[in-house]
Amino acid sequence: MSGVSRSKSPMGALVVLAILAVGVIAPFFLSRYQIGLATQILIFGMLAMSIDILVGFTGRTSLGHGAIFGASTYVVLYCVTQSGLSPYLAVLLGIATATVLAAIFALLAVRTNGVYFLLLTLALGMIVWGICLRWTQVTGGENGLRGDIRPKALSDYKDFYWFILALAALVTFGIRRFVQSPFGLTLRGIRDSDSRMRSLGYNVPLHLFIGFTMSGFFAGVAGAFYAFFNNFVSPSTVALTQSVESLLMAIIGGVGTLYGSFIGASALIALQNLVSSHTERWQSVLGITFTLIMIFAPEGIVGKFRALREKYANKH
Amino acid sequence: MAEVALTLSGVAVAFGALRAVDGVDLSIPAGQRRAIIGPNGAGKTTLFNAITGVVPPTEGRVVFEGHDITNLPPHKRAALGIARTFQITNLFPSLSVEENMVLALRGLSPQKFSLFGSPDLSTADQDRISRALRLAGLADRSATVVTEMAYGDQRQLEIALALVATPRMLLLDEPAAGLSPSERSIVADVIRGLPQELTVILIEHDMDLALGLVDYVTCLHEGRLLVEALPADIRTDARVQEVYLGKPHHA
Ligand SMILES: Nc1ncnc2c1ncn2[C@@H]1O[C@H](COP(=O)(O)OP(=O)(O)OP(=O)(O)O)[C@@H](O)[C@H]1O
Ligand SMILES: [Mg+2]
Repeated sequence: MSGVSRSKSPMGALVVLAILAVGVIAPFFLSRYQIGLATQILIFGMLAMSIDILVGFTGRTSLGHGAIFGASTYVVLYCVTQSGLSPYLAVLLGIATATVLAAIFALLAVRTNGVYFLLLTLALGMIVWGICLRWTQVTGGENGLRGDIRPKALSDYKDFYWFILALAALVTFGIRRFVQSPFGLTLRGIRDSDSRMRSLGYNVPLHLFIGFTMSGFFAGVAGAFYAFFNNFVSPSTVALTQSVESLLMAIIGGVGTLYGSFIGASALIALQNLVSSHTERWQSVLGITFTLIMIFAPEGIVGKFRALREKYANKH
Repeated sequence: MAEVALTLSGVAVAFGALRAVDGVDLSIPAGQRRAIIGPNGAGKTTLFNAITGVVPPTEGRVVFEGHDITNLPPHKRAALGIARTFQITNLFPSLSVEENMVLALRGLSPQKFSLFGSPDLSTADQDRISRALRLAGLADRSATVVTEMAYGDQRQLEIALALVATPRMLLLDEPAAGLSPSERSIVADVIRGLPQELTVILIEHDMDLALGLVDYVTCLHEGRLLVEALPADIRTDARVQEVYLGKPHHA
């Protein structure tokens, strides 16, 4: 849980470059359908990573991030399909909305922790879901909003994949930089002991507010480009299931590892596609997978891998 | 008379019907070393909590260097120069010693808001951290993760954290609690080595340890101030003997 290692080892950089390289050439070997899945993994990986800022680095578990993510998706689809705005401007507005929404969530949640934080973010997310469901004139109610909104430059599915890959690399770099910054260290301090932080002069709620809002900003980035990917949004995008699934991605990958989010997203999305999508069977499979992970690798896949590597290194 | 660092007037902290601190008046001159002694449950830690803002007083006033801090939150009191250690070790367990120290150092610096800045330390900061670690007897331990440290070293880190930001008043809550005799003497040396101008309030059960370190002693009992005396006179005070031993006692 001590966070991303600050090692500037050439090995680490090499691994990251190799993975990126595989990501770049992947479309030449994959089917259109598989490239779609890979794009989806990258988008939800970014969402899971934004949650990891809170869960792994701040010790606060949010169940409201699906709503923040989906709010951004709604705004982008609404702006392009209903207001005829440029998709690029719509993306900016979507991200701005998510950030403001996160700031509102944060104002209400920063004075709580533990299960109260969880329940409060859950409740706030439910409110957003309720609004999306009921405010039919704007959100289209249960039917949601649909439209081919992806800009021309990105209309080819491979180009779009590469664009999202670059975006995910940028977001990962940004989040990594954020959690390792002097401010990011204060979040880890709050995770470990907020009473000690207060006595050292930190305004703990203010730090949580900034951390939550930044996390919401990154969730909003993911949500805005999800609109380009999906060309459709409905209340299920802001529903609790969305929050839970993306939180599970972060946990399955390993909280506090950042990169684990992409592994968790791959695992869940691959599984989801094996098990004929959103049926009741999917919910059970999800539950069983999560239970197995919690039993055999509570530190998540990447966390487990790191622990094993350390164990191996200590033996030699 | 020396300048007064801290004044408590009629400070009380009530938890429901229990008055853990019950109308304490206290005045501590700047630069003084003061011990607060008293049996278990006397209200010593609660008094520290009232001074540092962890538990705001339910009655009375707390004035620090002329500022009325009675209603300030803990971080604003820290900003005025009040630092403390905790009776129950309260560190950042998953972080390294250096990261613990960095957090302690930046508590009052605007650098804590650098959202995307480099984590690297300036040489000046590095020097301050090494100096505080050396003062606390922890030189060369910066890379160790707290959970991997021995308990005694963790107690020393408690003190180092409170020291590195150069506070004006330091509250030590049983810094030697649970330590072996040799570790206690290390902690005693650390306290002896604190800068002259720093006001220090020390809670300590062990009279042998406390009395050798301080200028003046306050004894609390059941939330009230029982006796204030010079270290040389405290052992022979009948009231102190009574609360500590249950009956008069001659040393
Ligand atoms: N947060 C709290 N809620 C309720 N009661 C409390 C709280 N904190 C302390 N108390 C009670 O207040 C009284 C004084 O406790 P305090 O911790 O201040 O004593 P102390 O002098 O530090 O004792 P020790 O030497 O054991 O550390 C005790 O009876 C304790 O149970
Ligand atoms: Mg105590």
